[in-house]
Amino acid sequence: MPTLTINGTEVTVDAGKSVLQACEQAGVDVPRFCYHERLSIAGNCRMCLVEMERSPKPIASCAMPAGDGMVIHTDTELVKKSREGVMEFMLLNHPLDCPICDQGGECELQDQSVAFGSGDGRFSENKRAVEDKNMGPLVATTMTRCIHCMRCIRFSDEIAGVEIMGAIGRGDHTEVVTYLDGLLDTELSGNVIDLCPVGALTSKPYAFTARSWELKRHPSIDVMDAVGSNIEVDTRDGAVMRVLPRLHEDINEEWISDKTRFAYDGLKKRRLDRPYVRKAGKFEEATWGEAFAAIKTGLKGAKGNEIAALVGDTADMESMFALKGLMNSLGSQRIEARQDGAALDAKIRASYLMNTGIKGIEDADYLLLIGCNPRSEAVMVNARIRKGTVKNGLKVGRIGAVADLTYTVEDFGDDASLVKAAKGGRHEISKALKAASKPMIIVGQAALAREDGAAILKMAHDLADKYCISEGWNGFNILHTAASRVGALDLGLTTEEGIKGLLKSAKTGDVKAMFLLGADEFDSSTLADTFTVYMGTHGDEGVKHADVILPGVTYTEKAGTYINTEGRVQQAEKASVAPGDAREDWTILRALSDIVGETLPYNTLSELRIALNEAVPETATLDTLPEADWSDFGTDGDIAKTPIVPIGGNFYQTNPIARASDVMAECVSVREGATEEATGTNG
Amino acid sequence: MSAATKFAWTPENEAEAQKHIAKYPEGKQQSAVMPLLDLAQRQNNGHVTIEIMEYIGKYLGMPAIRVQEVATFYTMYNHKPIGKHHVQVCGTTPCWLRGSDDIMAACKKHLGIEKGETTKDGMFTLGEVECAGGCVNAPQVSIGDDYFEDVTPETIVDILNKLAKGEKVTPGPQNGRQTSAPLGGPTTLADFKGKTAKSGGDA
Amino acid sequence: MLQDKDRIFTNLYGFESPGIEGAMARGDWDGTKEILEKGQDWIIGEMKESGLRGRGGAGFPTGLKWSFMPKESDGRPSYLVVNADEGEPGTCKDRDLMRHDPHKLIEGCLIAGFAMRAVAAYIYIRGEFFREAEALERAIDEARAKGFLGKDACGTGYAFDVYVHRGAGAYICGEETALIESLEGKKGQPRLKPPFPANVGVWGCPTTVNNVESIAVAPTILRRGASWFSGLGRPNNFGTKVFSISGHVNNPCNVEEEMGIPLKELIEKHAGGVRGGWDNLLAVIPGGSSVPILPKSICDTVLMDFDSLKEQQSGLGTAAVIVMDKSTDVVKAIARLSQFYTHESCGQCTPCREGTGWMWRVMERLVVGNAEKSEIDTLLDVTKQIEGHTICALGDAAAWPIQGLMRHFRDEVEARIDAYQLKAAQ
Repeated sequence: MPTLTINGTEVTVDAGKSVLQACEQAGVDVPRFCYHERLSIAGNCRMCLVEMERSPKPIASCAMPAGDGMVIHTDTELVKKSREGVMEFMLLNHPLDCPICDQGGECELQDQSVAFGSGDGRFSENKRAVEDKNMGPLVATTMTRCIHCMRCIRFSDEIAGVEIMGAIGRGDHTEVVTYLDGLLDTELSGNVIDLCPVGALTSKPYAFTARSWELKRHPSIDVMDAVGSNIEVDTRDGAVMRVLPRLHEDINEEWISDKTRFAYDGLKKRRLDRPYVRKAGKFEEATWGEAFAAIKTGLKGAKGNEIAALVGDTADMESMFALKGLMNSLGSQRIEARQDGAALDAKIRASYLMNTGIKGIEDADYLLLIGCNPRSEAVMVNARIRKGTVKNGLKVGRIGAVADLTYTVEDFGDDASLVKAAKGGRHEISKALKAASKPMIIVGQAALAREDGAAILKMAHDLADKYCISEGWNGFNILHTAASRVGALDLGLTTEEGIKGLLKSAKTGDVKAMFLLGADEFDSSTLADTFTVYMGTHGDEGVKHADVILPGVTYTEKAGTYINTEGRVQQAEKASVAPGDAREDWTILRALSDIVGETLPYNTLSELRIALNEAVPETATLDTLPEADWSDFGTDGDIAKTPIVPIGGNFYQTNPIARASDVMAECVSVREGATEEATGTNG
Repeated sequence: MSAATKFAWTPENEAEAQKHIAKYPEGKQQSAVMPLLDLAQRQNNGHVTIEIMEYIGKYLGMPAIRVQEVATFYTMYNHKPIGKHHVQVCGTTPCWLRGSDDIMAACKKHLGIEKGETTKDGMFTLGEVECAGGCVNAPQVSIGDDYFEDVTPETIVDILNKLAKGEKVTPGPQNGRQTSAPLGGPTTLADFKGKTAKSGGDA
Repeated sequence: MLQDKDRIFTNLYGFESPGIEGAMARGDWDGTKEILEKGQDWIIGEMKESGLRGRGGAGFPTGLKWSFMPKESDGRPSYLVVNADEGEPGTCKDRDLMRHDPHKLIEGCLIAGFAMRAVAAYIYIRGEFFREAEALERAIDEARAKGFLGKDACGTGYAFDVYVHRGAGAYICGEETALIESLEGKKGQPRLKPPFPANVGVWGCPTTVNNVESIAVAPTILRRGASWFSGLGRPNNFGTKVFSISGHVNNPCNVEEEMGIPLKELIEKHAGGVRGGWDNLLAVIPGGSSVPILPKSICDTVLMDFDSLKEQQSGLGTAAVIVMDKSTDVVKAIARLSQFYTHESCGQCTPCREGTGWMWRVMERLVVGNAEKSEIDTLLDVTKQIEGHTICALGDAAAWPIQGLMRHFRDEVEARIDAYQLKAAQ
């Protein structure tokens, strides 16, 4: 633990820290552009130069390991001159187009120029111009503004794991590019926008739509997957203008996926903005009263478990809790949240959580993926696995379909029965699990949404029980894809028969009425003859055969509680205004309960949350990684020797919001274009 | 992303490429990217292409962008076709002091092209390079792999003429001196002018 | 003047064969085994004793540098890397050593490599030196065939080999960490130090990078003894040195001379004197393009070694003497160097990437006088803003020639501005 003197104050830092980090610890601000604590050290911008006694030259504090007895000054004339000099060089060829630059208001170059520049430029030669690059539909480029910090390149290489960015040429002709001006083909691409300290890389969808200082910032939770990435929803006049990551070390660090960041245009498209009632096969606009009356009529003749409900993938706890209350008041227990048919067991919490936690992946030394593709199902989990492989030598094996996850994976095949073989002890997988000190398995929904899903769950349990459970370590993990899923399981929203049985019952008339709470990930044609109420936000699959439509709100338009795949409870603030006559879902359900059943016993959100806390005690503790008790789960049975079929659907279009997004559609189409080109099938 | 690959090593160059890779420790084959780009450039009549960079990337197991970075950083990789003879006039101060401007002018006039251009017949590409490291034999002109030294506007034009006609030219000093020794003979090493036989591969 | 018997590079001009037979006749590979058998400590001690300072420009004591290499391997092999990326304008000495006396270098590689417990040497030669690389390859093949290199080098049981790696056109690769990057198959961009190459060098292994001449003189030093070498030259500046004399002299040449020889004597004895006589001398860049220019008044008396030239705010650098007579447009001569540094900046760090181009553009205006006089001080300020603020020394190297110009020829620069403004006013 070296002790340094920084501006006359002694500070002791952990071994391995840099002088810059020591300065931060001492509360001394050191300007920087290229340095980023999550990226490798480049030391190229030279903005962090400080004076070190006995060194003839100022040192780059980001790159200098803190050493015992170092005497550092950051407030001397030498340092001031160094910073002014570097600032002047930075600005030499930087265009003075700040008024039309989207980085305006949050530009590190501008801020540091004000703070550390001399306020005067002496460069009177012609400025360099650099051709813009085409990185795809998400990242806009104005490469003349690039200051060559190379953060974007390091991010792509190190975090995203796609070596497609680089700096070609040399000297003042150096240009940051994607290979052959191609797509920045990673689902993490938007993060380079945040990393770019200047306006060289900005958001294409957000371009010129708002100035940063006009925006209201709202902390929120992402629902595009089950990770629960912490986000900031920025609005102007009640409309979402952009989505940014919010730091959460244990979940998404400071990154988010492109779907999380860019699907927001889908919030404004194909929206259900008023109630509709189907009359003579056609939807007609209705008032809330008319819609409720139609539901009351529709429910006539259906009682108890003849009424069922399906819960969608992005529902918040409050909505699901209110739905459960309404259904129970109608005498029904028939509520199903597992749209994909996964054989998850709601009884044992440890059976459906990512027990190691996302950050826990960094501690693991062996990971077995069973029927999951974290890169498309949970981008931030995949980034964490990659981090583990890079920083901790984590080894990854896989039972399931081959896919590029940006790190090396040892493939054992996609035959589901390999799970049993793995448990056996003789298989290579067993040996790998046994040899590891902190082994973990991640079971994906693809492995569970099979006829033999419950048997696979049981075998996965046994496998984990044999190899992955030790003092303080539970290496059994379920990777969910739906933001609502863990909460729904905590609420017990499962049925014996599962979604398949439920839909079959609808066909046979055993189910006479169906409530859909934003449920769009199933074939709704099976409900053609069932009285169906769709409550949700978008004109997607669920409305196709609905009889009554109740317009709800999206995750940015309400305060909501979500439980992520780790079992971590988080709350989002309301950020934006819902369109038209749309209402917050729990208020709709409560109002409806007034008409069709018993009035739900809460009048405000806080009253609802108190009731929720009582029903599901876990929800009372926010933002904590739970420790769920380990016990037996799953059902013994045969596992078919058949391939685990990956979850279908495109990463960019997994929910109604994303499917309504033009930006996401463009992400899909540019990739299809790229594929066609590669295979030569386009001509 | 990648175009259908047409470039492939000739058998001789495949062997040569393997020889280069063998120089470096196991797993460090990326070290061979520069010699391989050079080899491929020679095979491809003097310039590298995207196809070649991707071929070498695959050959060495490195991303194409890393190959492209290397290929665009170093000046000896040409990215467009060049003439049969790549004439590169050194223009840095030591050569400039001894008249490199006149050499360049003579080349331009004789070949009828500007810097960076190739003659219509595809015989010559003219360029200016930074210090070639033949300073005591300035002015210096590189043609292909050879250094032509102590040139004058007259001697360089003579060399270009000969090359155009396919005649043999002799690299090295064009004024009759022995390599880097002073014109008129060395001021040192009186005993070392041929005591041992002049055999074995002198360049 | 240095006597021929004390010259190390007896085939500097290639009058004789560079082949192994010729080399052995000139004394190379003589008693190499015995030298190695004296052990690493003896070799390094002797090298330290000789006072040899690195011949690549910086003048760091060679023996000391070797001693930084680990004595015990932690599992990683060690490497010797020879910097043959000769590209400093004015410098062409290593070229002669490699094409005419390659066995001195190869033998030096074995001895130095052995002393630092390296498993192999990589000679990084600039790509343009195609024929020189061929000469090295031939020499290495010859040495292998004789059993001087290989699994049992010189019959000592020590396994050692030498490889040639050709560059491809980048001055910056003469910087040792850029060279290492390049050797790893990357862009030649200097690394941050620490860690230093002796700790983390090529492929993450302990590495020492030495100039060709530093390695090539080692066998002779060890054969003739440290005291022989330190008996030549001046204190702290011992031994012989190959000088390159270019520019406005009657007979430009390379020549091996004693360290500390007066500049005037060097030019007059070996290069036939300044064109038009000594009094026609305007200035000399005494150590390659990076070191500041010296006016005639200093050239009259200055000695050619590290310390003497440092006293004159210049440097010995690579001992490449660029002579300019009074016909020289000295501003243009320096501006051309500014262009060189702009072209050769790797582009990695801000001050050099942005600053070299700025300086060059201002210099080009100063050549014709199209500037305000205040811009001279601005330009000097810019050189100071680059100097010492970059990752490697290229920034410094780009700054110093301009500082030297303004130190000694500011009048000339100002006169041009006056003339330009006068003309513009008319």
